[in-house]
Amino acid sequence: MKRVLVFALPLLAFLALAVLFLSRIGENSDALPTALAGKPLPAFSLPSLDGGTVTQADLKGPLLLNVWGTWCPSCYDEHPYLLELARQGVVIVGLNYKDEVPAARDFLVRLGSPYRQVIVDAEGTLGLDLGVYGAPETFVIDAQGRVLHRVTGVVTPENFAAEIAPLLKPAAEGSAP
Amino acid sequence: MLAEIGHFALVVALVVAAVQGVFPLAGAAQRSSALMAIARPAALLQFAFLALSFACLVALFLANDFTVAYVAGNSNSMLPWYYRVSAVWGGHEGSLLLWGLTLGGWSAAVALTGRTLPRTVVSRVLGVMGLVSVGFLSFTLFTSSPFARNLPFFPVDGNDLNPLLQDFGLIVHPPMLYMGYVGFSVAFAFAIAGLLEGRLDSAWARWSRPWTTVAWAFLTVGISLGSWWAYYELGWGGWWFWDPVENASLMPWLAGTALMHSLAVTEKRGVFRAWTVLLAILAFGLSLLGTFLVRSGVLTSVHAFASDPTRGMFVLGLLTVLVGGALAIFAWRAQSLKAEGSYALVSRETLLLGNNILLMVILAMVFLGTLFPLITEAFDAGRISVGPPYFNALFAPLAMALMALLAFGAHARWKGHPAASLLREQAAPAAVGAGAGIVLGALLLTADHLVAIAAVAIAGAVAGTHIVDLVRKVRSARAGVVAGFARLSRSYKGMWLAHMGIVVTAIGIALVSGAEHARNVRMAVGDSVELGDFRYQLTGLEAVKGPNYDGTRAHVAIYRGDRLIDTLHPEKRRYVVQRNVMTEAGIEAGPWRDHYVSLGEALGGDAWSLRVQQKPFMRWVWGGSLLMAFGGLWAILDRRYRLAGRTLKAGVAGEGRA
Repeated sequence: MKRVLVFALPLLAFLALAVLFLSRIGENSDALPTALAGKPLPAFSLPSLDGGTVTQADLKGPLLLNVWGTWCPSCYDEHPYLLELARQGVVIVGLNYKDEVPAARDFLVRLGSPYRQVIVDAEGTLGLDLGVYGAPETFVIDAQGRVLHRVTGVVTPENFAAEIAPLLKPAAEGSAP
Repeated sequence: MLAEIGHFALVVALVVAAVQGVFPLAGAAQRSSALMAIARPAALLQFAFLALSFACLVALFLANDFTVAYVAGNSNSMLPWYYRVSAVWGGHEGSLLLWGLTLGGWSAAVALTGRTLPRTVVSRVLGVMGLVSVGFLSFTLFTSSPFARNLPFFPVDGNDLNPLLQDFGLIVHPPMLYMGYVGFSVAFAFAIAGLLEGRLDSAWARWSRPWTTVAWAFLTVGISLGSWWAYYELGWGGWWFWDPVENASLMPWLAGTALMHSLAVTEKRGVFRAWTVLLAILAFGLSLLGTFLVRSGVLTSVHAFASDPTRGMFVLGLLTVLVGGALAIFAWRAQSLKAEGSYALVSRETLLLGNNILLMVILAMVFLGTLFPLITEAFDAGRISVGPPYFNALFAPLAMALMALLAFGAHARWKGHPAASLLREQAAPAAVGAGAGIVLGALLLTADHLVAIAAVAIAGAVAGTHIVDLVRKVRSARAGVVAGFARLSRSYKGMWLAHMGIVVTAIGIALVSGAEHARNVRMAVGDSVELGDFRYQLTGLEAVKGPNYDGTRAHVAIYRGDRLIDTLHPEKRRYVVQRNVMTEAGIEAGPWRDHYVSLGEALGGDAWSLRVQQKPFMRWVWGGSLLMAFGGLWAILDRRYRLAGRTLKAGVAGEGRA
């Protein structure tokens, strides 16, 4: 009996490891809690891509603040889904992060724009205040202009359904008089 | 059309792999010749369809067919043709297809050479490989097909290949690495076949050995290519980062190294059999784990392919079925194994066991370090990563202990070798070698690098005992040096060369780690900086324009005294499509030192920040690993592997009737 156990040991060790992996796999290793959760957006005043100026007061949700740049390959992957979300009526504001204005315009003309408006953050100052790690990142903003949640990496149908949609809905109902 | 042909060929290959996986195994269990006869043609057919599928993908890249999503994501019309070819395996989907193709290639190689093996063995080996292939090809087809179209809205031009991957090293690094990773599937299949067959004897070990050694040699070359690539391409002169993906390739290498040595014991002495089988499962299991870690997003790494939980789930499932299944068969069948031979406390067997134990300790150290963030997170301690300090602190003493064992162990006799006589024979050559190492280390290293000096000394001891052993063997033939050398077996010469490769690599690692110099300086044109005996002068800057990038090139002259040695041309490039900035280092490579200059940031005017480095004995690190790989290939040319099949087939037929 002892001998049987000895030879089954590698199998048991492996199964333990497999369970460890299984418990980790759903967890996005990029899931980074945002220090801003529940707090209002930091104050800023930055140009918009079509000319005006945008401040934190203009960002009353429910909406998504999507950090992107034409230098970011994953933003190209994310783009078609953002267009679809915009078609479904989700309000998305772009934060063009550390990018060049002509390139950004060209990107949106060529591939279509999912954004209600685009904030130009060429120096990355707002990005710094938001604690942006890289692009793409997406912040969920509620009707009072508070940050509810942050998604690092590409917004997908899966994480939209799981993490973003539930936050948008009650906020939308709450804001309806 | 090509994409559809490629996709269809992949589907056919999957079906053929399923046939190869099911019928020969059933045939071997029922002793049905008709079913077993399917194995070899199925393996060849599967490979043919995989090759067709892969050729289609290459053609799509060459033709810039951006309607195919994978091509659009990883290539660009401005990319030169050779990078368009290597872009085929620049992303997740294509590299997976390359994995499958390599596996098909190994299956085909077993099918072609397996004529001399007993029928049930070759059927079982090919059956197991067919099942592995079913797993990987389904993974490719169902989660990551490289042939998916981007219709109707396809981009006018592609997203370009990551500039880091636009490089010769990256053309050859993944195929070599995959040849190694996937090559361990043969050893794995032999292990499972042996367990099912109930024979894990010397003959079995002799069949597995050449396959294991070839896979190991490829993996060795693949890992060194990766290190060499990181060195010149990442631009800051590092050559090993203990990055999760590097560790993922090092772990199967460690297990494979242990397996090669353990197989030697099983072949020669018929002992350690269960252990050898376990190592074979472990080596391939770790190759699969590497694939899982890179693609699941469970660990983040600079190398990570687009991470995706669905894909991660699939690979985890595959890992569980293959490795869990193999270990279950092991638990069920390995109990009946009994050792055939006996051995004394000090003998080649026990010293090789020591080698295996040390390699497993190193493996466990790398494994824990790599997975540490997962483990701490599972216990709610947050993701804590251990960095290079952990690995370096533990790796150096363990590797040195392993080499100390090598100095004495490689020349011990089988069965038993009295400790006193072993010490008497090896002490003098080891001491002379270690003395030479200390002199070399003391000349190049300062006193605060005692560990590095000790490492060079131990490497010297290994070289000393190996050289004396070779001389002794050549002279004992009494037939002159040339004839004496020719009489040595190829497996001895291969082993000798591979061990000397370890010496060369170890000396390189110790000296480059201990004696490198680096300075970061601000330089305008005309400025110079001194480092050791050398002076580096920035003589000019110019704008450059490549096929898909713009950039700045600096000219840096290296002087020793007043003599101009060389001029380096480091560059800073901006890749147009992906908007990445890349540093192309200027490197003057030599056997004794590399000069390594990289451009930092423009500081306004004519001034740039520059990083100037001297890396002594850098080439030895990779040169030694080439010697190891070459030694492995030499060893498998040994006569007995060619004779093995024929003589043993007769033996098995006899046993079967007995």
